[in-house]
Formats: sequence, structure tokens, C-alpha cells
Amino acid sequence: MGAGAAERTHGSVQRIRTGGGVPLLEARHIVKRFGDNVANDDVSLRVMPGEIHALLGENGAGKSTLVKILYGALQPNAGEVLWKGQPVTIASPAAARALGIGMVFQHFSLFEALTVAENIALALPKGSDMKSLSARIETVSADYGLPLKATSRVADLSVGERQRVEIVRCLLQNPELIIMDEPTSVLTPQEADQLFVTLKRLADEGCAILYISHRLEEVRAICHHATIMRRAKVVAETDPTTETVGTLARLMVGSEIGEVTRSKGTPGAPRLILKALSLPATSAFGVPLHAIDLSVAGGEIVAIAGVAGNGQSELFDAISGEREAPQDGMVTIDGQPVGAHGVNVRRRLGAAFVPEERLGHGAVPGLKLSENVVLTRHGTGEGIASGGFTRFGLAGKIVEAVTHRFDVRKGPPDPEARSLSGGNLQKFVVGREVDRTPGVLVVAQPTWGVDAGAAAVIRQALVDLARAGSAVLVISQDLDEIFEVADRIAVISRGHLSAPKPAEAMSREEIGLLMAGGAEKTAGGAHAH
Amino acid sequence: MRIELVRRPEMSRTMMLVSPLIAVGLTVLFAAIVFALQGHDPLTGIFYFFIEPLMSSWSLEQLVIKATPLIIIGLGLSVCYLSNNWNIGAEGQLTIGAITGSILPILYPEFVSPIVAPLMILMAAAGGAAYGLVPAVLKTRFGTNEILTSLMLVYVSTLFLDWVVRGPWKSPQAFGFPITVDFNESAVLGSFPVGPLYLNASAFIALALVVVLAVVMRSTLKGFEIRVLGQSPRAGAFAGFSARRMTSFAFAFSGALAGVAGLMVVMTEIQKLQPVISPGYGFTAIIVAFLGRLNPIGILIAGLVIALSYLGGEAIQTSMQMSSKVATVLQGMLLFFVLACDTLILYRIRLVSTRSTQEQARA
Repeated sequence: MGAGAAERTHGSVQRIRTGGGVPLLEARHIVKRFGDNVANDDVSLRVMPGEIHALLGENGAGKSTLVKILYGALQPNAGEVLWKGQPVTIASPAAARALGIGMVFQHFSLFEALTVAENIALALPKGSDMKSLSARIETVSADYGLPLKATSRVADLSVGERQRVEIVRCLLQNPELIIMDEPTSVLTPQEADQLFVTLKRLADEGCAILYISHRLEEVRAICHHATIMRRAKVVAETDPTTETVGTLARLMVGSEIGEVTRSKGTPGAPRLILKALSLPATSAFGVPLHAIDLSVAGGEIVAIAGVAGNGQSELFDAISGEREAPQDGMVTIDGQPVGAHGVNVRRRLGAAFVPEERLGHGAVPGLKLSENVVLTRHGTGEGIASGGFTRFGLAGKIVEAVTHRFDVRKGPPDPEARSLSGGNLQKFVVGREVDRTPGVLVVAQPTWGVDAGAAAVIRQALVDLARAGSAVLVISQDLDEIFEVADRIAVISRGHLSAPKPAEAMSREEIGLLMAGGAEKTAGGAHAH
Repeated sequence: MRIELVRRPEMSRTMMLVSPLIAVGLTVLFAAIVFALQGHDPLTGIFYFFIEPLMSSWSLEQLVIKATPLIIIGLGLSVCYLSNNWNIGAEGQLTIGAITGSILPILYPEFVSPIVAPLMILMAAAGGAAYGLVPAVLKTRFGTNEILTSLMLVYVSTLFLDWVVRGPWKSPQAFGFPITVDFNESAVLGSFPVGPLYLNASAFIALALVVVLAVVMRSTLKGFEIRVLGQSPRAGAFAGFSARRMTSFAFAFSGALAGVAGLMVVMTEIQKLQPVISPGYGFTAIIVAFLGRLNPIGILIAGLVIALSYLGGEAIQTSMQMSSKVATVLQGMLLFFVLACDTLILYRIRLVSTRSTQEQARA
């Protein structure tokens, strides 16, 4: 069972750590199965006190499973966990916290309607006095460079501030090990830098940090040690500071990744125009759109950067027509004002859309792929639904074409969408639209949670589509992706969109400032309210 | 030794067909146990309950008469449940449909013409649909829970029927009984010979509806829309379908079919209105819809099976002097086993030997 990988692992452990003392946390030969799926296959991991330890791997490599086992949320099928050299059973997250293990989740577990102090009190033993707790929250948070007001309502906080609440909640329990699951995926570059300062300080004080990420630059910058997982196994351990981003990526993916080739495009006439697109928020915690102006020409890719939850999904719904705008003129597709028309009217004009959520929005999990082709292409005038009857045979041919062109790996010829892996389903969902050669393609998070190989295929398809004359709008939180594909970049912040600028003229720092609210000023300047 | 459920990557097509058969087999087995516990010979009980009703042409005709409304209502409900609209009020829509469908023969008894029966059916459909739309509108406009409103409207409708037959529509020749005038001959449905049996026209209408709905669900865009919106409203909106319009459509459609079924009960069995016209067909049809796994052909079979359990219950009552409650117990067991066996569609059973269990416990 993976003897080669295990050998290599142990070899490098000895190379890097000689005489390191007793590990704070050690996992030995962990095996975890879900049905026929092995999520962790003989995984071993050692975290030393005061160490920032990176756990690297692509989505689906088994990182989250391992971490859930260490935090007591899952029980392993085999293997053992040692805490300070003693074998322990971590039966629940409460047991983990009692040992001194804290965790900051990727998806926050906060109640939006409660205040910071109330949210934190929920995680602490009962009977703590709110007043003294509030004081402690403010001292601890100020002390670690994570300023927070204990009385603020969580709903009013930015994503970065919400993360601070999670971290402070963790710190108040005096942990010796903090597990952080992709903490920077929701932060602006500046907020991330701030977080790194805090993490380094915690490590200097002797607190160990298990840092899960697939962002290699930051792992190189702050981590002392890295354990790399691929396909449920530990494939390498290394000191990330001695590696390059390229060598780390190769360890993670197991092969070289094709680079996206992009020639300089010549933008043609505008094919997608948004003009003073404003929409009120639909719920108390939704984001309103403020007078958004944007024009995407045939032949170019425009990318919209932004931290999650700043109006991206609202903007996507308004462009796709899932939510109709009050006036037709707010959205124009190939010269036709369609703002107050539905999604199929826009599709008939040659527009195509790929939403962020693959399962449950872009595709119905329990339907076959051919039926999922009908989902978005029944109203395009291609004859998939004629006279009220659906032609699943024709849809099946499209499945074949998409499968072939995008290398979608699937078992049976026409499986249910839910049986595909995330990357393969994403290739299918993008391919289903690109296969039409749409004049306008709007795609949100095109490679979210997709392995590097599939991501390269998808990005290349977007570039090729644009170069063939289509207007492509990419809404993404991944700056690496944006710089890889975009000709022009705009930034969305609290429902305001900054004026797009050529990608060459944009730096990460500038994007960071715009994400942190700068976009509101530039947009506000163009349209004084 | 331990039993584990292991999730299958996909639904098993084989198990979709086999699991109801397993369920029926288990029900027969447990029926035998129930009969034995009651102090009766299990084999005799099984014979009278499951087989005797199938042996005479009279009871086969009864079987079809009982199954017809269950199938028609179940078909309508399947559209509701597939599109994630929880209509529990088919009994009410049945009652209102029976009332609106009876307007012509009760208020215009001398209007005798071949078009009376078709007109009555249309009016019953309209009445049932309108009554079904009430919870739909309350849901789409005000966000009320359709399970509660549709159920509560059942009581409103049955009380309304009670008032109508005791008050304005009471027959002057009824000597104070709460019944309306008898329907004229153009307002009742006749029977046709099929082999040795005489089957009522309503049975053929039910069969036609099964075929039509099977085609609609399998190969039309409307059927696709129903399935998509039921499974994933967000994806449905992405496809350009409206969940609100679907709610109204599903309630109107199932209300119309329930109304037609209610009228057909009146046109075939009773031929007038009276305070009670249905032995709870609208509620039993919920079981039929799920037993038939919301599939038109499945509902056809399930309707016949449930009708058989009604007749079987009567048979063990008369032939074996057993309580009629036993039939209810067996219906409940059948539904229980069907739902339990559904697990096999998405999961397979794995037997884990005790040794590996111990190993895992040790780990």
C-alpha cells in the first residue's frame, strides 16, 4: 500500500528533523474510508511545538478529512493519534478543544444576527460573564493585531473581520495547536499580510499552527515545514523555504501543469454592456448593486476580482437574467437591451452562463448529463426542445462532444451529474456552454475547487473562445487565475464595480486596495448618487 | 457480524424495480405473522386477503372501481410531489370537484344530452383546480405552508358539502334525508364489457391519463421542468423555469384530477350527492403516489394493490371474522416496507465479519 511514497516520506522526515524532541501532535498511519472511497490511506503527520506546519494538496487530496480526524469531527478506520507523545482518542471537537486544539474553519460558523461577544460566548463554557468576556475579547484581539469591537453585530462585519472573530474565539481557549483551513482564501492581500504577522507571533510564543492551503507563495513565506498530500496519501515532506513554487506545485499535482497560452487579442465591438445597473438587496444579508457600468468587447476577457460576498452572485444573477432588472437598458447583449428579460431570451441572443455553484445551480445532481444539457440549452433554439418535446438523443450527442473535447472522465456514458468528481463536472458545465460557441460568456469561479490540470484546460478554453471573437466575463476570487486569463480587470466591493483597467497596468497591491473599498470610491466618482 | 449500508455512486436501476417486490414479499410474510398472532391459520389468512378477491369477476370489477379514483388522484399528486409542492388536500379538491361537477344534473335535471357527462367532467376539473389554487396562491403570495392550508381546506370542503346536501340542494322527495335528486341517465357513466368483466368508463379515463402522464413526464419539456424544479429550484431558475408558476400549475393540475376523480365516484357509485362521498380516497392516494414511486405506471400498479387491500380487508372480515383494522395494519406495513426498501436504491448492504469489526474498534 503505497510503499514507495511511505519510504520517501520517512526518508525526508529524517533529513529535515533530527533530534526534534517530542512532537506536539502526531498522527500515525491514519486510514479513513467513505464507502468504497479511501480519503486517507496510511497518512502520517508530525507537528512540533511552535511550528507553522503547512498541509498542502489539491482539492480532494484528503487534507480536510485528515484535519477533521485531528479535530475530532471524524473517527479514523485505522491508525492512531498521539498528543505530546501519549496516544489519545479525539471523540469530538469538544474533546479536541479540551486537549488544546482549536480550529478556524474555511466556512465561518458564526450567527450573523448576534454580536461578536455573543458568538464567542456560545463556544465557551456556560456561565461566563458577558462584560468581562467583552473586555477579554478586546484585549486579546488588540494584543494580536486583530482589532475587534465586542459589541458589533457579525452581519455588519467584513469577511476579514469575521475571520478575526473565529481566530479570537480560538485564542480565548488558550490552544496549543490551531488548525486553519485555507484562511486567506477570503482575504484581500493586505488582510492576508496582517494575518501572517499574527501567525508568526503565535508561533514565536510556542503555539503550533497547522496551515492548510494550496497557495504556494504564502506557504513558502510563512511555513516552517510542509506535508504534501496527493490522492489520499502523504507523498512528500519538505522545508518549503528551500523549494520553489514550481517544485511545490509538482509535488502537489504529481506532474508538470500545462501553461495557458494567450496571444494578444484585438477587441472588437462591445457585445455585453452593463449600464447603471442597480438592484436592491433581496435579503437582510444580501448585497445591493450600485450603478454598475461595464462593457466587454468581442475578443477580450474581462475579469472581476473581489473578496467573496461583495455582490458577485447578485451581479451574476442580474447578467444571466435569473433576477430581472427594472429596466431593459441596464443589460445589453449584442445590441439588444434585455435587462428586464429572462435567462432564455438572453441565451437565444447567444449569451451563455456558468454559475459558481456546480451542483444545484449549474447542474441538477440527480439528473443525467444529457438531461443537464437540456437544462441550459432547451431554450436556445437549437431544437433540443421542439414542440414541447425534449430530444434527449440530441442532448446525448452534445454530452459526447463535450466529453471528448474537454476530457470529462466518467464511468457510464451518461451518468448522473453527482457521480462526477468536482473537476470533471466543472469541465462538463463549462464545456456545455463553450460547445455552443456563445457570443457572450459569463462565468463565475471557473476553476473553484478544481485540480490544476482541469483548471488549465478550462482557462485555455476561455482564452480560445475570446480569441475567436466572443466576449468573456470572468468573475473570480483567484488573483492568479485572473492574471493568467484577463485582458482587463475590474474589482467589485460591496456592490460597487471599479472601472476596468488593462491587466498589465494592474498590480496585486492596487487590486487589494480596490477590494478593501477603493472600488466604491472610483465607482462613486463616476456616478455621484 | 455486523450489517453496514454502503452508499452507491449512482441509483441502482435494478433495485428501483426489485425493491417494491421485496417490500410486497415482506408484507406477505409479516401478514402471516399477524394472522398467526390473531390465532388464525396464516395460509388461510393470506389466501382470503391477497388471493380470494382476485378470483371472481364481481370482486375484480370492485377492485377496478376502488382503484380508479386512487390512480387518478395519485397521478395528480405525483406531479405536486415531484415538483416539491406538498398537496395534502386532495380529499378537499375531490369534494369540491364533485360538487361543481354535479351542478348540471342537480340544478338542471331535465337537461339530458350526450354532452352532459363531458361538461360535468370539465366543471369538476375546473372546481377542483380552483380549490387547489387556494393553497398555491397563499404559498406564492404570502409564503404560507401549503401542507397546513391544503389540509385545513379539506375540512372546509366536507362541511360545505354537508351544508349543500342538507340545505339548498336537498331533494324535495328525500323525506328529510340529506341527499340530492338522483342524476339523470345522461349524467352517469356506463360500463363496457372487457372479456368477462364489465368495466366502468372511468377506468378507461384513468388508464388514458396514466399513458398521457407517462409520456409527458418522460419526453416533454413540461415533465422535465417538473422534475428539475422539484430537485433543485436554483437550477430550475437557471434553466428559466419559474418555481412560483410551477406551484400554481401543480396544485391546479392535481386539484383538477382530484375533482374529476371525486365526480367519477359520484357518477358511477352513488349517482347523487350525499354528506359523505369518499372513504378517504384523497388521503389514501398519497400512499398510492409514493408506493408507485411517483411514476405513472407505478401509480397504476400501486392503486390496484391498495384497492386489493381494501377488498382483502373486507374478505377477512366476512370469511374469518377478523377486525377490519387488520387491513389498515397491513396497508401501513406495506408502506413501511416500500419506504424501507427504497434505501436499497441508493445503498447496498455489506456484511462485515466480527473480526474486522474488532480490528477497527481496536484502531
